Amino acid sequence: MSKKLRVATTSLAGCFGCHMSLLDIDERLLTLLTLVEFDRSPLTDIKHCGPCDIGIIEGGICNAENVHVLREFRSRCKILIAIGSCAITGGLPAQRNHLDLGDCLTEVYLTEPGLAHGHIPNDPELPLPLDKVHPLHEIVKIDYFIPGCPPSGDAIWKFLTDLIAGKTPKLGHGLIEYD
Amino acid sequence: MTDTQTFQLDGATVPFEPGQTVMQAALAAGQYIPHLCYHPEFKPHGSCKLCTVKANGHTTASCTMPAEAGLNVESNVEEMNSLRRTLVQMLFAEGNHFCPSCEKSGDCKLQALGYDLEVHTAGFRHLYPDRPLDASHPDILLDFNRCILCELCVRASSEVDGKNVFALSGRGIAKHLIVNAESGLLKDTNIALTDKAMQVCPVGVILKKRVGFSVPIGERRYDQRPISAQALDDAPRQSDAGGSCAACEGNP
Amino acid sequence: MVLPDNDFGRHTTAKLNQILDRHGRNAANLLQILHETQDHFGYITPDAITCLAAQLAIPRARIESVASFYSFLHLKHQGAYRVLFSDNITDRMLGSQALMQQMCQQLWVEPGRVSEDDLVSIATTSCTGMCDQGPALLVNGRAITRLTHQRVQEICHLIRNRTPLADWPADFFHVSDNIRRRGLLLDNQQTPGNALRAGLALGGENTVAAIKQSGLRGRGGAGFPTGLKWEACRNAPGTARYVVCNADEGEPGTFKDRVLLTRQASLAFEGMTLCALAVGAQQGFLYLRGEYRYLLEPLQSVLQQRRNTNLLGKNILGQAGFDFDIEIHLGAGAYICGEESALLESLEGKRGVPRSRPPFPVTHGYLQQPTAVDNVETFCQAALAVQMGAENYRAIGTAKSTGSKLISVSGDCPRPGIYEYPFGVSVREVLQDCGAVNARAVQVSGPSGICVAENEFDRKLGFEDLPTAGAFMVFDDSRDLFEVARNFVHFFAHESCGFCTPCRVGTSMLKQSMDKIAAGHGTRHDLAEIEHLDRVLQTSSHCGLGRSACNPVLHTLKHFRPAYENRLKSLDFEPAFDLDGALARARLMTGRDDTGAHLNAEES
Repeated sequence: MSKKLRVATTSLAGCFGCHMSLLDIDERLLTLLTLVEFDRSPLTDIKHCGPCDIGIIEGGICNAENVHVLREFRSRCKILIAIGSCAITGGLPAQRNHLDLGDCLTEVYLTEPGLAHGHIPNDPELPLPLDKVHPLHEIVKIDYFIPGCPPSGDAIWKFLTDLIAGKTPKLGHGLIEYD
Repeated sequence: MTDTQTFQLDGATVPFEPGQTVMQAALAAGQYIPHLCYHPEFKPHGSCKLCTVKANGHTTASCTMPAEAGLNVESNVEEMNSLRRTLVQMLFAEGNHFCPSCEKSGDCKLQALGYDLEVHTAGFRHLYPDRPLDASHPDILLDFNRCILCELCVRASSEVDGKNVFALSGRGIAKHLIVNAESGLLKDTNIALTDKAMQVCPVGVILKKRVGFSVPIGERRYDQRPISAQALDDAPRQSDAGGSCAACEGNP
Repeated sequence: MVLPDNDFGRHTTAKLNQILDRHGRNAANLLQILHETQDHFGYITPDAITCLAAQLAIPRARIESVASFYSFLHLKHQGAYRVLFSDNITDRMLGSQALMQQMCQQLWVEPGRVSEDDLVSIATTSCTGMCDQGPALLVNGRAITRLTHQRVQEICHLIRNRTPLADWPADFFHVSDNIRRRGLLLDNQQTPGNALRAGLALGGENTVAAIKQSGLRGRGGAGFPTGLKWEACRNAPGTARYVVCNADEGEPGTFKDRVLLTRQASLAFEGMTLCALAVGAQQGFLYLRGEYRYLLEPLQSVLQQRRNTNLLGKNILGQAGFDFDIEIHLGAGAYICGEESALLESLEGKRGVPRSRPPFPVTHGYLQQPTAVDNVETFCQAALAVQMGAENYRAIGTAKSTGSKLISVSGDCPRPGIYEYPFGVSVREVLQDCGAVNARAVQVSGPSGICVAENEFDRKLGFEDLPTAGAFMVFDDSRDLFEVARNFVHFFAHESCGFCTPCRVGTSMLKQSMDKIAAGHGTRHDLAEIEHLDRVLQTSSHCGLGRSACNPVLHTLKHFRPAYENRLKSLDFEPAFDLDGALARARLMTGRDDTGAHLNAEES
């Protein structure tokens, strides 16, 4: 392989657990770095995604900023991968989906003791929450999914090496997990 | 023993006795066909359609299809597996299946089928139905979010326990599990921990309280071997006249 | 019994006991018992369920389970007046949606909700079989046809004044037969009993032979040879045999059985009795769709006349040992019960879920005994075939589709109604007869049937080419065939029984996809998903409902693809929902309206 693949990663409504799991491939990171170079990613601190071969996103879509970032990734990345339960199903943040957003905000900021400051934050700097949390594939087209909460380092490694080798990624028993 | 008749399943010859369905004969002969609502101890139901096969070119649920001599059954072919993948995806999108927080994770047949079929995503839009829990019973929790409407608990409670604790209500996509009490609460039914209905839920709806997450990750049932390798363990095997089970693993 | 020992409790118990006694305290009659319970109490109350469960010795969950399956049974109060607008595409084409909106506004109630004063609820229901005189609605189960703004206004007035239904103008409830073309069936003026006498002269076995000889095939759409069905039922081992007449005419756009039951009920019962003679049955059932509740009393009196003239009852027409009688069971708003095995489940007082087949009803039908289930029109035709002789009968129609067929014509034509033709008539001829001009497509045999486009109008109705249960909905060039298909997809999702995964979930997903395209969010990705769902529904559904749920889309995609493609965004993908709308709740809660508080549909 002459030219390195350019890869961008980000975490939206997630916990960075999938990124931690990526680091769990341990010394294979060095091999990975001979195959790819990172664009926007928590590993590089690049703020905006340039043209990339592969985008990897953990976390679901819970607010307007998530939508902007997801769209940026979709428009710059040839292949977009959703990684982890939150990106694929909405995950933990989507557990609020059966509640009314207004009730949530009222309870957190107005009626419950503790966080109550008398008003719901309305600073334009803050992204507005969507009424429901969505998995990525409901907002843009997603090419591949790596399930798990988080997927193991081995699963990520298997998936990416299959993909980079031009094969249809297959996880198989022990690597495919939803939890 | 009467003359044994046979049919073909993915190229293998499967013997059957009159009255057996394709699924029953296949499992008895040690041949796995993916299934979810089928349970060897209950009358076949045929609702999940995971066991759909091609029999002489026609697609049909193998758990309810009577075995016939000379039938040519195709099961482990990409066309059927692709169909099964979609059905698993539909079930995941229909309910609220949040595996990371489910105590049945690792021991869940829906999840295990998803693993076996390499289902990486529900694909469809999630319906996120609103399905409140029933924690009214002191020892038993009902989490309807995970219900796949297989009716195994309904059948077990009715056929084995003789209690009719569970039933289905509503129609179409609004169909849901109910319990037999005017209050609608499990605490007001006569369910007992020892009921068969407590043991048959393939997913995480009917749970015994205070015993969750007792098996460490990595040691849970489907962490160890895939469902395709384990389903045969549950299935009754045919015995020949001498009492030895010709189809059983490790039989001399 | 847990009912309170007070006047209310005693009244409830006494009333329910009357109802139970009328139905032999038999759980197999549960659906009929629930109908009457609701008629009396307004809805099926928790108290009533407890009482019925105890008296019938069945779990109360089973009663809830059954009641909740049927659209016309309610476990909650629905208001003193329950208004249901027929929502077939033909009703919509006649302006039903605007009329419903008008009624909701005038009565201050949201669709699907009960008004705050518990007076009224307004919702939609599947086709009520009044397509030739729509828009139509049901109020407390009674059909009202030919709705106009004026009529809706009058109805609102009557509801506001709490006028009892019995005092509403009789002409509101008038249902026209609209017979436009007659043939051997609608012309029948034979004295009741003639076909039966011919059958008795032949004897049971030869009656079966005559039916086989006549070439008669089922008129419900599938076209199974009636003689073979009767023969199989006759030969099947069993302790009792049953004859069931399927009058659950639920296929949208079909209303010919309604007219037959109005005009030729005695002939239909005669066909059933003939069948009883042929198969050796002593008990028959007519399963009448709930929408035709108003026909129940007239039909009961036809049955009574037949009993009075010894055409039903013991030793019919003096034939010793020929005993047969017919009971009418009322459906309750479930299209799936038109499927014969679901109908049998419903007759047994259960949820109308289609059975796994085999075994078939001819060997394992009602109460697992051999049962012949046929359509109303089939029984009428059977009586005619025996009456006129098999050879004379098979001279009518075509080689593989003998006899005549009733067609229910509706939609864009000046003369909607019932047309009887010998089989083999072309779509074009029917269109000419009903005066349709600029017809662009005809939906033959309802949503589960076939959409026939202009270039196929020379195709012929009959089992050789276009099999039909009778619906014939005409769409002219002003109609949007995508919206037609979308209406049908909604119908299937509403009527899916929910038993099997592909139909329960798939019809909902299909509905979402069609709605997404209708809302302007559709892309090629969605068309691909629709085609994928179609394959899954067709290959793995439990019954014909799921397998045909995608037909409307498949057929309109084939003939009218531009109707879909014109709606698509050029993009590969679009969310199914309005992203900016998804921020509306948060905008309201925070009071923000800055640019950051919005999401554009697209970003570069």
